[in-house]
Amino acid sequence: MPRVFIPPAMRDLVPGCDSVILDGMTIRELINSLDHDFPGAKQRLCEGDALRPGISLVIDGNASSMGMLQSIDEDAEVHFLPAIGGG
Amino acid sequence: MASNGQAKYKVIGTRPIRHDGVDKVTGRAQYGADVNLSGMLVGTTVRSPHAHAIIKSIDTSKAEAVSGVFAVATSADFPEQGDRVVQLGEGAVNMRHLSSNVMARSKVLYKGHVVAAVAAKNIHVAEEAAKLIDVEYELLPPVLDVREAMQDDAPVLNADIRTEAIGAPPVDDSKPTNIAKHFVFEKGDVEKGFAEADIVVEREFKTATVHQGYIEPHNATAMWNADGKITVWMSTQGTFTARQQTAELLLQPVSNVKVVPMEIGGGFGGKISVYLPPIAAVLSKKTGRPVKVVMSRADVFQGSGPTPGSYMRVKLGATKDGKITAGEAWIAFEAGAFTGSPVAPACMCVFACYDVPNGRIDGFDVCVNKPRANAYRAPGSTHVAFAAETLVDELCEKLGAEPAEFRLKNAAKEGVRRVDGPVFGRVGLEETLNAIQESEHYQSPLEGKHRGRGIASGFWFNCGLKSSVTATVNYDGTVTLLEGSTDIGGSRTAIAMQLAETLGITAEEVIPAVVDTDSIGYTDVTGGSRVTFATGIAAIEAAKDIKQQILVRAGTIWEVGLDRVSYEDGGICGPGGKRMSFKELAGKLHDSGGPIIGRGTSSEADQGGAFGTHCVDVEVDPELGKVQILRYTVAQDCGTAIHPSYVEGQMQGGAVQGIGWALNEEYWYADEGDMRNPTFLDYRIPTCYDVPMIETIIVEVPDPSHPYGVRGVGEVPICPPPAAIANAIYQAAGARMTELPMSPPKLLDRILEQGDQ
Repeated sequence: MPRVFIPPAMRDLVPGCDSVILDGMTIRELINSLDHDFPGAKQRLCEGDALRPGISLVIDGNASSMGMLQSIDEDAEVHFLPAIGGG
Repeated sequence: MASNGQAKYKVIGTRPIRHDGVDKVTGRAQYGADVNLSGMLVGTTVRSPHAHAIIKSIDTSKAEAVSGVFAVATSADFPEQGDRVVQLGEGAVNMRHLSSNVMARSKVLYKGHVVAAVAAKNIHVAEEAAKLIDVEYELLPPVLDVREAMQDDAPVLNADIRTEAIGAPPVDDSKPTNIAKHFVFEKGDVEKGFAEADIVVEREFKTATVHQGYIEPHNATAMWNADGKITVWMSTQGTFTARQQTAELLLQPVSNVKVVPMEIGGGFGGKISVYLPPIAAVLSKKTGRPVKVVMSRADVFQGSGPTPGSYMRVKLGATKDGKITAGEAWIAFEAGAFTGSPVAPACMCVFACYDVPNGRIDGFDVCVNKPRANAYRAPGSTHVAFAAETLVDELCEKLGAEPAEFRLKNAAKEGVRRVDGPVFGRVGLEETLNAIQESEHYQSPLEGKHRGRGIASGFWFNCGLKSSVTATVNYDGTVTLLEGSTDIGGSRTAIAMQLAETLGITAEEVIPAVVDTDSIGYTDVTGGSRVTFATGIAAIEAAKDIKQQILVRAGTIWEVGLDRVSYEDGGICGPGGKRMSFKELAGKLHDSGGPIIGRGTSSEADQGGAFGTHCVDVEVDPELGKVQILRYTVAQDCGTAIHPSYVEGQMQGGAVQGIGWALNEEYWYADEGDMRNPTFLDYRIPTCYDVPMIETIIVEVPDPSHPYGVRGVGEVPICPPPAAIANAIYQAAGARMTELPMSPPKLLDRILEQGDQ
């Protein structure tokens, strides 16, 4: 199952863990699973039905612009990182 | 070139003459300032002389009464933005902040902040009228230093800013702050990591505010037609983001705005945000005429976005056998007037060159009374490379380790997890270190007094984002290639070469053109070292589309099924040994079904990141503190070099800009926030008299996410120079430099301190 890395500022919701294994085939499903297990997690990551502005979704090291629609492989690693721009 | 791909390609790896070369060298290329339209007016801006003040009132009546003045604009002419945050290609932007940066509303937040604009029949009338605009200010104390701005009692710039962090609970503190963002990254157990270290080094570092130094100033000409359509001719790194920013700032649908890209005289990240298009558009709306506005050099320095100054405290630990055990960094960047410094990527780059098993990084984006920071070539990475690579050099010294060997022992490679989380795919840092080790430069002894040699490595992510391309087959066998990526460093030829390679034709048979936003599909900015990668993929897809259509057409001409034709080596093969060249088939398009147009897009491909390692020899004048660069070599993993000359040019240009950061460049501020050196006479970028020929070693570790293995090239080479030079200075003079620029006064102070000890 996919492994979701928890941003350090959110680890108060997930004590003692820097990542959790969750069930889900899309980012939407993973975040809902995260929120089910750790209430409040979705509000920290989402605004309405989308990831909060400034959050970059990174799957297995690759940035994705698909947001909640992004499909997830079974053994994927999911990171929520700052959005960055180049020069 | 250290290559593993010789003769693999026919076009890729060759050095054709750039398609835009003749226009550029004959002066016929059209830049933004060259735009001249019928009935055009000229605009200028009124800028704040104060770094921090409340705008009490603006009286434009005297200016409006001047003969030849057609319109005056202030913030009252721009729509209110509210609390909207909009995705603008490379990131989300607070529209109130962006709008207030274009034209100040209630406060000015830096010297040079625009407060009004004038359109007149010529620039002289406009400038005279601008002097008559009476702005009443209530002065506020400015804050220019990042750590002072973080104090509780510091003057606060923006009443709407509260500290945000990814994943943090909602902010309920009603007190505004200058600390707009706090980024945190953790890996492993940093305390345990340092406890395991035999050697720990820790230092504080500071870097100066530095400008991109593009030669061509910002410019925009706008025509707001009576039908509501707005056309903007401008110099920009991204027509589509310029279109969106302009539309959002004017609360217009994006389809009402067309951005026409003129040739661009440099950008390096500084021409992504818009400054002038909304102003020119508003003046055009008020006058019914096209209006052109061009910044002066002083405007560029004081009113556009430089890279921020920074304060960093970085710590590294290693065992006595040379393995890094832990790293810790506390990084604060000056965002300028509004949030948005590149401190997040800085945090993500600071330890990226190494396998750091335990780490913690804190980053702070802090508002100060300076121009709003903007991207500059590998934003944030050069700052932190200066700190981290200086400490690595110090670790090597204390451990008695050879610098390249120590780096190889700890180098990031496939499978290594970064402190910010993701795991590296196939990357080429080790190969660049090997290339430097094996170089004639590194192998040669350095002799003479006060001379030293330093090395340093650097990293940048590179990105993919979105690109669109269309390609039309012409009847003479050429292909017209339309793209939306503005060409800063020769990219139109690099894109054309990938299309040519895929079709099996020559680069000269492709005619590339960068077109306006109504003429091509959405394309993200020319930035993030993405164009040769992502727009290249779009061109390859367009070529594949053409090939498929050509096969159908050949089947029609030969009256055979698609299963009996194939595309090989730039031509079509059919039954019975039939063969038709691409050119021959192109000549038959009229009679076989009409035009062929290929389309290609790139959206989800993402690059794997790139590394470079630099080696520099310096000589220090111990009486003046002046540093002379004697020899400089850049080794960089470029994936596959499409056009090696452009790749080398990027490596050389990036290195020279990094040398500027290292030795000379800085905004000089008076206490009241007045930049004292807003000209190229006083803000000293390196010239050909300051640097030797930069030697280049192209290392090719193909990126598996691109069909030809391309990796972005443009940003990595600016990262290592300050640290490499600092390490060389240490070898030459025994002075460990921790503040940029390492200008003669600072270095002399350090040398004299050494003498006193």
